[in-house]
Amino acid sequence: MTAGSGPLARVRVCDFTGQLAGAGATRYLAAFGAEVIRIEDPVRQGRWDILRGSSPFVDDRRGVEFGGAFQNHNVEKRGVTLNLRTERARELLARLVAISDVVAENFAAGVLARLGFPYEVLRAIRPDVIYVSNSGFGHRGPYSSFKTWGPIVQAVCGLSFTSGLPDMPPAGWGYSYMDHQGANMQALAILAALVHRDRTGEGQWIDMSCTDAGASLLGPAVLDFTVNGRPARRPGMPDSNHSQAPVMAPHNLYPAAGHDCWVAIACRDDHDWCALAGAIDDDRLTEQRYQRVDGRVAAQRELDAVVAEWTAPRDKFDVAARLQEAGVPAAAVQTPEERIDGDPATAAWGLWPEVEHAAMGRVRVDGLPVHLSDTDWKIERGAPVLGADNDYVYGELLGLGEDELASLRAEGVL
Amino acid sequence: MTGIDGAAMDGEGAGPLVGLRVVELASEWTAYAGKLLADLGAETVLVEPPGGHHTRSYAPFSDDEPGPDRSLWFWHYNTSKFGVTVDPGSDTGRARLDALFDRADIVLHGDRDLDVDGLRRARPAAIVVSVTPFGRTGPRAEEHATDLTLLAAGGPVWSCGYDDHSIAPVRGGGNQALHIGGVHAAMATLVAVLHRNITGAGQHVDVSLYAAANVSTEAATYEWLVARATVQRQTCRHAGVFPTASSLAPDVRGRLLHTGVPPRTVKEFEALLGWLHDLDLADEFPETFFLEMGRDRGGVHLSELGEDVEAREIFGAGRDALVFIASRMLDHDFFVEGQKRGLAVGIIAAPEDVIQDRHFVERGFPTPVEHEDIGRTFLYPGAPFAAGRTPWRIARRAPHVGEHDRLFP
Repeated sequence: MTAGSGPLARVRVCDFTGQLAGAGATRYLAAFGAEVIRIEDPVRQGRWDILRGSSPFVDDRRGVEFGGAFQNHNVEKRGVTLNLRTERARELLARLVAISDVVAENFAAGVLARLGFPYEVLRAIRPDVIYVSNSGFGHRGPYSSFKTWGPIVQAVCGLSFTSGLPDMPPAGWGYSYMDHQGANMQALAILAALVHRDRTGEGQWIDMSCTDAGASLLGPAVLDFTVNGRPARRPGMPDSNHSQAPVMAPHNLYPAAGHDCWVAIACRDDHDWCALAGAIDDDRLTEQRYQRVDGRVAAQRELDAVVAEWTAPRDKFDVAARLQEAGVPAAAVQTPEERIDGDPATAAWGLWPEVEHAAMGRVRVDGLPVHLSDTDWKIERGAPVLGADNDYVYGELLGLGEDELASLRAEGVL
Repeated sequence: MTGIDGAAMDGEGAGPLVGLRVVELASEWTAYAGKLLADLGAETVLVEPPGGHHTRSYAPFSDDEPGPDRSLWFWHYNTSKFGVTVDPGSDTGRARLDALFDRADIVLHGDRDLDVDGLRRARPAAIVVSVTPFGRTGPRAEEHATDLTLLAAGGPVWSCGYDDHSIAPVRGGGNQALHIGGVHAAMATLVAVLHRNITGAGQHVDVSLYAAANVSTEAATYEWLVARATVQRQTCRHAGVFPTASSLAPDVRGRLLHTGVPPRTVKEFEALLGWLHDLDLADEFPETFFLEMGRDRGGVHLSELGEDVEAREIFGAGRDALVFIASRMLDHDFFVEGQKRGLAVGIIAAPEDVIQDRHFVERGFPTPVEHEDIGRTFLYPGAPFAAGRTPWRIARRAPHVGEHDRLFP
């Protein structure tokens, strides 16, 4: 086993995270070289993370080593098994915590404490440990025992409500947006705590609530209420394909030629409007009142209809290219295939790295949307199969001999 | 030890990034990353052109009156920052900018034309962070973009909208393209800081908002990468390769709530039956029998629903029961009561509901920010996470145009 490299090579993470909301956080650290050690339950074959055996699959094989989402969220990590129902396992965990900089989890609030490792215990083992818990509602507050997954987080924090068209049900988010942002916030919390520890030597517990994190992403709408008394729940709202903050018009997703094809057009200002009206070249767009944004907002439904008439028979990429040439923000609504395999920009960024997974073979995964000039990320190694690094972690890191390892295996501790 | 504004720099009340100096060249793309760093304690100086940056013209406005110091968009994204104005077209302006760069640990900017190499050559320890729609280089780097076009091209829009695909897909509200890229910018900045803490070396961090949207679509991306399958949008639930049943239901006054994933375990069937009985609705609900079957057969597993007709009936009855109960209650009561019974159901809260909700209030999420200039205090959205030693805080309201010019001459 070679020593790690990368800007976070000095950071070891004792990792209890799962799904995406937690696993995505430690994945980020691992991509920059942190030694992330995933701890999984051998009795349930790691199925606490429901993604371990869930679709998508690369082929007809099924089981805990074939979950495509799990593999995506756990690249570059190490994995061990540990049956925390046993006393010997808890002793081993204490030894692992002692050599870890960070303990990360996204259990329901209180689960790690019930396993015998609340923050007070973690801190007693390792005084400068950074413990970041990530749960739906946090460890404090009346809802702390409530259960969530992405769609519930989004519904409760305001993100589902604010996504939709007037006089329609909420469209919400068609995926667990807050699993991504929850993971990002958890990673940010860990990184900030590491910076603080570098300066002061102190560790700490950070209690992250995914619903707090989500509610922090709706600032202008909240202030419109707390400052102006204007609720988002009012006639005509939500209207998220139009733009209220900032005000832009026309601003929408317009139909294009083909089945379920759409193109986004956003007029940021009067200059963009002139360019758009010039490209469409329709007499109905020449009215003086449209020269200013107020006039365009007042008439945005009429304007949308004229723009849609122009876009509907045209190819979405052609519309976008033509408007971009005129200086107007426009882009085709891309399918997964179009943006992943058809867009030279994602390829040029190296956004879909291919990893080697012990059971699944070579699989492409999400990359990171940043590049660091000197210490960039690296994603090459697939997610660990169950217990893949037991020998390294318990043998090399904790110094257990082969006999001890064999007896732990025989006793069902690993 | 105190910072330049007199705030504590150590111990209680100091953020984790205290001591780091950020210079942010005002830009729509960097505003959120700058806020994250500033609220976490970094001394963040926002550099605007004379007269102020154009994001000061972004609606909504305090009391609905436009004005450079009245934009609520600007207020929100520029908390805890100091504000200075610099005219980069003048010699004195350029000299002042150089002096600001000289004292900065981190330079945050959204301008593709900024001479990053030149800036770094003179300051090898500086961390220069570029946040732009498509990154500094690449085939689409020149494109004009907004939140809408980034989410449209980058994947989120494909997955959001309604079951009826004759209706346009939907951009999720709240400028989330800026948030996804912004939090990534802050994360990568701290990775560079941690590297610099050991080596003393700065570096350049290039952030693409478009790439950030692309890697934030959950199953849409990996269904394609792993199985070459394409998800299809559905009303207020996960876009899927295969359709799923609705998760919305009206409460007693018609307000929609979220029924979550219907019961699958014995415990959940028991909870649901108990709820029906407690409401005296078990006899009135026509499918109580199926719920009892679900309990008695040891629950249902999602993987059974394809082939097992009985499992499908039971699963459907669970959802019907939630819809039935919802129709008799207010949405918030349904949410709290269901959750207390162990069912992961939700309320579809508007932002104004959240900021007043007792859970968020008890966690201290609504954060009062004093606007001493107008003699008022307003509640702002608070901390994304609650740190034991290094509290997140809003150190001050967003700056007026050039408010801190004297502090940073």
